[in-house]
Amino acid sequence: MNEEKKVENNRIEIDLLLEGIHRKYGYDFRNYTNAHIKRRLEYRLKISGCKNYMAMLHKLIYNEVFFNELLLDLSINVSEMFRDPGFYQAARETVIPYLRTYPFIKLWHAGCSAGQEAYSMVIMLKEEGLIDKCQVYATDFNELILAKARDGIYPLDQIKKYTQNYQKAGGKRSFGEYYTADYHSALIRQSLKDRILFTYHNLVSDGVFGEMNIIFCRNVLIYFDQKLQNKVLKLFYDSLVPGGYLCLGTKESLRFSDCSQLFEPVIPDQKIFRKKR
Amino acid sequence: MSTMKDCNAIVIGTSSGGLNALSKVLKPLARDFPVPILIVQHISPDANDFMVHHLRKNSNLQIKEADDKDIPEKGWVYIAPPNYHMLVEEERFLSLAVTPPENFSRPSIDVLFETAADAYTTHLIGIILTGANNDGTKGAIRIKDRKGMIIAQSPETAEATMMPQSVIDKNAADIILPLDQIGKYLNTLILGTSYE
Repeated sequence: MNEEKKVENNRIEIDLLLEGIHRKYGYDFRNYTNAHIKRRLEYRLKISGCKNYMAMLHKLIYNEVFFNELLLDLSINVSEMFRDPGFYQAARETVIPYLRTYPFIKLWHAGCSAGQEAYSMVIMLKEEGLIDKCQVYATDFNELILAKARDGIYPLDQIKKYTQNYQKAGGKRSFGEYYTADYHSALIRQSLKDRILFTYHNLVSDGVFGEMNIIFCRNVLIYFDQKLQNKVLKLFYDSLVPGGYLCLGTKESLRFSDCSQLFEPVIPDQKIFRKKR
Repeated sequence: MSTMKDCNAIVIGTSSGGLNALSKVLKPLARDFPVPILIVQHISPDANDFMVHHLRKNSNLQIKEADDKDIPEKGWVYIAPPNYHMLVEEERFLSLAVTPPENFSRPSIDVLFETAADAYTTHLIGIILTGANNDGTKGAIRIKDRKGMIIAQSPETAEATMMPQSVIDKNAADIILPLDQIGKYLNTLILGTSYE
């Protein structure tokens, strides 16, 4: 069998597996980028002991615990507090002044994973004196990860990195004010946690989410194919007030998207866009 | 190895000592080199774009940090951005991911090589240069399984020997070349120009 045929056969098996997951559990990964999905599936296949993807599909259908393990593989997005400090600096300079003009501000972190970036934004809003007029929503499709985000507990060995990021991002205080630490972990202060409503929302299958002043969706669209990206960008457009901001990951782009005309770049390098009025 | 005239892409992986080695490999390649080149160089997550600038100064090719969904084009070199994995989709466009580091690395060479192996199968050349760990070995084996070709830098000419040595030890290298021969060899393979 030639190599193209082998790859193609492998692809058929994976497509069937994703179809099965969708029918059984309602999670739709069919429009995720294939290379990413394939890698996560390969990893789970190897440690599952299943002989091939069809055996794995069988196990997935009859064993929900096994499915939940796979769901975690497919939803883990490794982030940091103040990841890409340059982005936070740019947001402080350009987006915060705009937010000040509103009596009440709604912010949405779409695909928030374990919550690091949502907490980062809350810290910045607090330092800028805006937090009391903000409602911050943070959503993800994985309940286990949402629970982690609500806990706000991060390994202590990450805190050094978070602190460096915070300082580079133009943080105004001592980062230690925002958490309490024991030997192994750091716990985000309750007063910050109270500011965020962590809730379930699936970008693939759920609809418009309120009238937001700003949406953060950083390093989530990279896992979606063009069709799904377009659909989600349209969802963001419909969920923003006119002139509202959309913040994407620094290597993401609207270039190839049907929606590129709906937004205007504000800070192109940091992928900060604005909904056209 | 004359079959490599139907090569559709070259992937290169390197770690410590890589910046210098990459310059030497890219230098002999002309501006109209007919195959896109995809590179993972292990790099600090906080690195700025000095690598892009350095390679631009030392190469005739167009150099860029990869953006999500870029379509590799001939004459261009795509570098995995710091703190992202770079993958090749079967439809032959690039995608990025912030999934956990592999072999303690993000970007990881295995991630690029293994996904590129499925996208380009027999039409792929993988090159392993200097480095002090064995990221890229699994990827090189996958490229071999898909009947692509692997070039390893000869460890004697590598600042750090472990990365090419690991590929050689697994019998995954088709050819082992001194650093200053690799660029010329690519010209021979792909353009059919004479090789001394």
